[in-house]
This record gives sequence, structure tokens and C-alpha cells, in this order.
Amino acid sequence: MAVKVIIPTPLRVYAGKRDSTEVQAGSVGDALAQLTTQFADLKKHLFTEDGQLRSFVNVYLNDEDIRYLAKDKTVTKDGDTVSIVPSIAGGRMG
Amino acid sequence: MASKTEIPVTIAAATPATSLSKDEILRYSRHLIMPEVGMEGQLRLKNAKVLLIGTGGLGAPLGLYLAAAGVGKLGLVDFDVVDFTNLQRQVTFGTSDVGKFKSEAARERLSNLNPAIEIVAYETKLTSENALELFKDYDIIVDGTDNFPTRYLVNDACILLGKPNVYGSIFRFEGQATVFGMPDGPCYRCLYPEPPPPGLVPSCAEGGVLGVLPGIVGSIQAMETIKLLLKTGDSLSGRLLLFDALAMKFRELKLRKNPNCPMCGEHRTIHKLIDYYEFCGVRGEEAPEVNLNVPEITPKELKARLDKGDDLFILDVREPHEFQICNLKGHLIPLGELPRRMHELDSSREIVAHCRSGKRSAEAVDFLRKAGFKKILNLKGGILAWSDEVDPSVPKY
Repeated sequence: MAVKVIIPTPLRVYAGKRDSTEVQAGSVGDALAQLTTQFADLKKHLFTEDGQLRSFVNVYLNDEDIRYLAKDKTVTKDGDTVSIVPSIAGGRMG
Repeated sequence: MASKTEIPVTIAAATPATSLSKDEILRYSRHLIMPEVGMEGQLRLKNAKVLLIGTGGLGAPLGLYLAAAGVGKLGLVDFDVVDFTNLQRQVTFGTSDVGKFKSEAARERLSNLNPAIEIVAYETKLTSENALELFKDYDIIVDGTDNFPTRYLVNDACILLGKPNVYGSIFRFEGQATVFGMPDGPCYRCLYPEPPPPGLVPSCAEGGVLGVLPGIVGSIQAMETIKLLLKTGDSLSGRLLLFDALAMKFRELKLRKNPNCPMCGEHRTIHKLIDYYEFCGVRGEEAPEVNLNVPEITPKELKARLDKGDDLFILDVREPHEFQICNLKGHLIPLGELPRRMHELDSSREIVAHCRSGKRSAEAVDFLRKAGFKKILNLKGGILAWSDEVDPSVPKY
């Protein structure tokens, strides 16, 4: 299934500056696995060391939070969009 | 805590206003002729009290539009001072405000815009100790802050007091907005139970914000605030609005109230305000302070050695767009590219690494020393210190 994954601004630096990518995936977990294979640097920003999705990163299938669907086992179909939405606080320069 | 209050004659402090003066009718005429606002709506605005947390980038359009719209009482919480670099986006302030307290400078500007409303400046940092007291007299709290600890504090205080929290946040070209804390709606902790740990969020090299972005997101917050006050339209509660300015696209995601939320769920486990700096890992938003113990050279020492004709290789580890702002004629290898471009460096020569402030270059020196480079120094304080101590013609940014 061709699934579009939207990469948010703060994480684009770890994804070759891309704002989205297309993967072939049958589930949301599958799509994220493909994504982090394609862009290895993204992995530690999305997952904890034991492979859990980080709590400040939300993942949506189309407009629905996967926590309220079947989480990473949520089935994807052709044309679906997976969005990664991390928490952002502001625009202050460190 | 300093606060200044202007009580206009048209507003009675305790009893709600039931009419508008002739001047007010003229001022708000473009509202009054709209049935969605009308006299009833304008009186709602006049009797409303809104507290703005932060008077910076998001706070600018918020303050300007809410004051212009005739919100009867505006509280402005900010402990910061107007800085020259704020003027690129914080449009409440003028060049002559640099150095003034933001809350007071904003109060002056907004009073000039609308002398018929009450504006209270709170020159204080919002803390777990003062938040409930500050919030209790206001109807709506608007979060225009720029850091995680304050965002969790604003959320929790709003839930404890049962007040709506109009939320907006920005990063570079991207913004988020929603309304938290409505009776049936989610709170910030439903969306993000925990903040990112320090170090996993982008560092200053990837920071920055396009000045118009807070103008757009803050205006959305102002619109949501006014809709809540007018009790009209569809609130963003339960929806997260995402805005990508580069693509110029708005998207909307469903936001659900988490039944297990520790703050607003059925079995609440948080009953009072906590230490939010501890909760967010001390410096929630920024990467942790780098305390790398690497050999350093001061700008003055470097200048003396260069003047003497010593063979020093200057390594600039900033980003290319920063190099264009100003540089010390060094060899540019951004910190992130250092591992794969190490071969460009000659370990037999003495190297001085620098960045803007000395943080990133300390990481570079640490990395290169571990890779076997022995003659390498970090320029203490970076280009900022070079500009202060050696060459003031080098611009600071």
C-alpha cells in the first residue's frame, strides 16, 4: 500500500530535509519502520531504546490519533497519510 | 511584582457593563453592525477578562487584536525585557522600547490603541506559586509562551481552575493551535502526556522563526478567544490545527480527551501544581548545557597568536547560512557533517574551532579529540566573544 508520511519541521533535519516521503506499508508501524530504515537518524527521535513510540511524538493516520485506533498495528490502505506531530514549544533560539 | 492599572470611567469594577458609551459605539461600529457580534456581543467583550501569558511573538497580535476588539480587561504576564532581536516579530514593540519591560511596553502600546479598556501589566515570571492567584480573576487564559515548563504549568492551572486555555505554538515555518480546557474537551496533557527530554529537541543551529508566523498563529488564538467570549462559531477545542507556512497549508487533526489523563481524566492523579522545571528536565526546550571540558583559547589570545603569524587552522562548525552572516575566514564544516568530513582536517596542524557562542565548537573539539586530534582548541565564547573582545565590526546575531 502506498502511504504518504508527513515529516514535521523539527524532524526534517534528520530526514534529508524532506517534508514527506512515500512508503509501501500495510500498517502504521510498518510505515514508521520503513521511514526509519530510509532515514536512520530519525529513529532515536521517534522511538525509545526499547522500541516504544516516544510520548511527545504523536502519530496520526489521516486525522485520527493512532492511540485511539490500533496503535502501530493500525491497518493502512492505499492513499493514506501518516502524520508525525511532535510537541513544539515556541521559536526561541538557544 | 509591579502592576499598573488604568480604570476607565466607563467600566464599573464589580457590576457588568450594560451599555456602551457614544465613543465606544463609534469605535466598535464595524462589530456592532454584524449580527454575530451586535450590542450583546460587544458587551460580552467589554465585560470579559483575558490573561495573556507572554507578550512576545504570539502575544503581539493577541494583545493588539484583543485590545482593539474591546476586551474589557487584559492581563499581560511577562518578566522579560525587550531585546533588539525581538523587533523582527514582536510587532507590539518599537525600537525605542528596547530595554523596557515587555509587559509594561505592551501595556503602553495597547493603552494607546484603546484607552477605554483596563490593562494590567504583571512584570513577573509565571510560577507554580503565583499561577492560580493570577489566573483566578480571568475568564480565559491565552498561552503565548515559548517553553515547555510554562506550557504544562498553564495547562495544569487552567484545569485546576476550570478555565479555557487558548493554545498556540510555533517552530520555524510551522505552527499549531487549539483550545484546551473546555468542559468536554481535551487538555495539553491529553495531547502530550510528557515533554521531550532535553537534548532531543533541535539545538540553536536549527532554531529561528520567520517573523510573520507568530503573527498568523497569534491571530488565530485571538480569533478563538473572541469566539469563546462571543459564544459563537465552532471552537478549535477537540481539533489540532497545523499550519505549514512554506507549503501554505492548514491541516486539522482530531484531538480526543484521554480518559486516563492524569490531569483531566476521570481518575486524576495530579491535584496541585508541581515543579515544572523538574518535570521538563530542568531546561525543557533547549539542549542541555554542554559542560565539556575541552582546551580553550580566548579571543584575545587567538588574536595575539594570529598577529604573531602562528600557523593556526580556523575551523568554523556553524551552518552555511550562519557563515554568510559573518565569519572569521575559517574553514566551514557544520558540526553535523564533521564525522564524514574529518579527512579535510590536518591533525598535524594546530586547529582552533569556533561557532556562534562556543557550545557547538566545544562538541566538535570533544569529538575530534576522541578521534585522535591532539592540537585542537575551542574559541571561548565563539564569534559573540570575538565581536565583544577583539573586533566589534563583526556583527552579532
